[in-house]
Amino acid sequence: MNMRKTLLGAAAGLALAGALAGPVVQAAEKEQFFPVLVYRTGPYGPNGVPWANGYVDYLKMINARDGGVNGVKLTWEECETAYATDRGVECYERLKGKGPTGATVVQPLSTGVTFALTEKAPKDKIPLITAGYGRSESADGAVFKWNFPMLGTYWTAADIIMQEIIKREGGSDKLKGKTIALVYHDSPYGKEPIAMLETRSKMHGFKFLKLPVTHPGVEQKATWLQVRRERPDYVLLWGWGVMNATALKEAVATAYPLDRMYGVWWSGAEPDVKDVGEAAKGYNALAMQYGAGIGKVQQDILKTVYDKNQGTGPRDMVGQVLYNRGMYSAMLAVEGVRRAQEQYGKKPMTGEQVRWGLENLNINEAAIKRLGIEGQLRPLRTTCEDHMGSSWARVQTWDGNKWVMHGTWYEADMQIIKPMVRDAAAKYAKEHNVTPRDCAKEMTSGS
Amino acid sequence: MLYRENGQFKTTYVSDAQIFPIRQDRWFIAVALLVAFVAVPMLGSDYLLRALLVPFLILALAALGLNVLVGYCGQISLGTGAFMAVGAYAAFNIMVRLPGIPLLVALVLAGLMAAEAGMVFGLPSLRIRGLYLAVATLAAQFFSDWMFAHVPWLTNDSSSGSVTAPRLQLFGFGIDNPVRKYLFCLAILCVLALVVKNLVCGRKGREWMATRDMDVAAGVIGISPMRAKLSAFAVSSFITGIAGALWAFVHLGSWEPAAFNIDVSLKLLFMIIIGGLGSVMGSLFGAAFIVLLPIFLNRLPGLLGVQASTSLVSHLEFMTFGVLIVVFLIAEPHGMARLWSTAKNKLRLWPFPH
Repeated sequence: MNMRKTLLGAAAGLALAGALAGPVVQAAEKEQFFPVLVYRTGPYGPNGVPWANGYVDYLKMINARDGGVNGVKLTWEECETAYATDRGVECYERLKGKGPTGATVVQPLSTGVTFALTEKAPKDKIPLITAGYGRSESADGAVFKWNFPMLGTYWTAADIIMQEIIKREGGSDKLKGKTIALVYHDSPYGKEPIAMLETRSKMHGFKFLKLPVTHPGVEQKATWLQVRRERPDYVLLWGWGVMNATALKEAVATAYPLDRMYGVWWSGAEPDVKDVGEAAKGYNALAMQYGAGIGKVQQDILKTVYDKNQGTGPRDMVGQVLYNRGMYSAMLAVEGVRRAQEQYGKKPMTGEQVRWGLENLNINEAAIKRLGIEGQLRPLRTTCEDHMGSSWARVQTWDGNKWVMHGTWYEADMQIIKPMVRDAAAKYAKEHNVTPRDCAKEMTSGS
Repeated sequence: MLYRENGQFKTTYVSDAQIFPIRQDRWFIAVALLVAFVAVPMLGSDYLLRALLVPFLILALAALGLNVLVGYCGQISLGTGAFMAVGAYAAFNIMVRLPGIPLLVALVLAGLMAAEAGMVFGLPSLRIRGLYLAVATLAAQFFSDWMFAHVPWLTNDSSSGSVTAPRLQLFGFGIDNPVRKYLFCLAILCVLALVVKNLVCGRKGREWMATRDMDVAAGVIGISPMRAKLSAFAVSSFITGIAGALWAFVHLGSWEPAAFNIDVSLKLLFMIIIGGLGSVMGSLFGAAFIVLLPIFLNRLPGLLGVQASTSLVSHLEFMTFGVLIVVFLIAEPHGMARLWSTAKNKLRLWPFPH
């Protein structure tokens, strides 16, 4: 090895060390920083991209239309997690200290990363919004002070699918002796609904069949062979990314009636059905309140962001199911900041202040009108005890070309969910030496 | 000029057999340790310690364990992830079911359980070798993936299959901030690296290497291939088991079986191939290459001030990383550890090479 090479190597090594060592110091006062943990590559990329675009577009729109939140500009930085827990943790560590007040709120869009961050966020004082995913028991705000599974959890989703099935059968007594199968992603995400379905299975006396599919879910022949053999009356699909399309293709190949299949809201978007197209006709999936469509807020995004060629993705992605969901996720975060500003002043908020804002969020009819989401979301109100806010959902059906929304609104049966959440949260608190907060006391002394 | 062993005579067997026979090496290691134990925790940012160095140290430890098996004993294994998982879940169960047990005891017990698992799955190595053995160890990987996902007892009946590490304490200190996590992992890595270095310099290491180079010849000179191979499996799995427990407890904090899937096994194998088979230093180099380089590549466009979309950056990261691996293996098939020793040899003659 000659001298030049050695020096070059040493220089490269030093550059690497230097680049990895220090986070870049940013000097800015009126800025609110949002870390954006996304995945635009890998087997879950097709579903991660629209969500990420919706999230970032909403932040862009708030800056362009309103000039930020009460004069505080929103800034953000994306970090690719590829849906992997360790990369997600690295992204979180990379972004948590940026901006004048640090990370506002983290939304990892991955149940695995959520579990890992649930342990870290309280120490760093950064709230965690997991709209429609994450830990189901984290709805209990007394134990999970920093988690906000807003708009619904997997338990509420499973419960609502069961309500729909009961309605379709014409009464819960009709479920006796029936078989309901759950085809799920074999990860915390897919396993979350099991506890709920087991409870329901005991209540109504149906046989509950668990059919796991290993990551990433492109190989499901064995699973569907079991479906063919057992012929369950209903199949619940708890898939994500490429697993959804594969499951639908296999269901078609097995000649399983698709109208007896119900997907969770993560299995009911355009990327899941578009490859199967006409053949997936009749497949049902939950919609987290709203599916695809363009309302006032989406029009604002098109007007203030896309018309100026600032759009994050292709224009026709605006208004897709997962795009809208990413947008709502950003909206909840921004509203948390807005609420916190009412309490603490119109300046950049710290994670701790945003946490207060998220816990005292009240998106009523007036707020819905202001946000331009009329007909999309229903009112949501969080408290110290209830970090979920609301659990409304509807069912939508794929007609071969587009998702068609059913009229019926369902709300999860809190008589079943509340005790389950309480027990699971109490177990967590005991295992981790968390002393639950006394919510009754905070209500009087707080706001 | 500076790095020269003239005048350093070895007058006793002990001085001849020591790990670092050259005085300059001892100085270098002493300074390196001082930097690692004192300077880095004082000067390093939380991000550096928490997100880069802790995973680097833990995976370096796992690579070291795998290197014992593959590099020193010549038994190719694709089941490293499984042994890490055994270590992690064993430590979890020990700490949950025996509250109050000291952390180090739990870690050692977890390592012993992983060692047992390693010996069981190492049994086929007595009959088959090479690629066939690699495929046989793959069974360990898939078995562990299945077992930890489907035996509720092992995850303490967690409804989602994800488990969370209890609070870690060592001699009354909570291992809860980046500096303490870093020091804890560093100390364990140093101790185990010393153990491995001593093992491979001693009788056991020679048995492993003789078995690796030609097991029939090794048998002829009185080495029991069974004992050599199984002991390599045991030592290797012990270390990877401890690494697995650290990965779960210290780095992730909360994990699911997928944290130890086949990707981890392959990554570790790449680490030791790129770093250098049969070398303690090589395990560290390889871990640095595989853990730190992708993150560096991912951040490079941002640091250079180039505006690029997240997906483009991440595709570039994959492509550059792949190209670098290929280039590297062509340029130096024996790994980074060989570069290191070549550099040392050149340095001895510098500045007057012949």
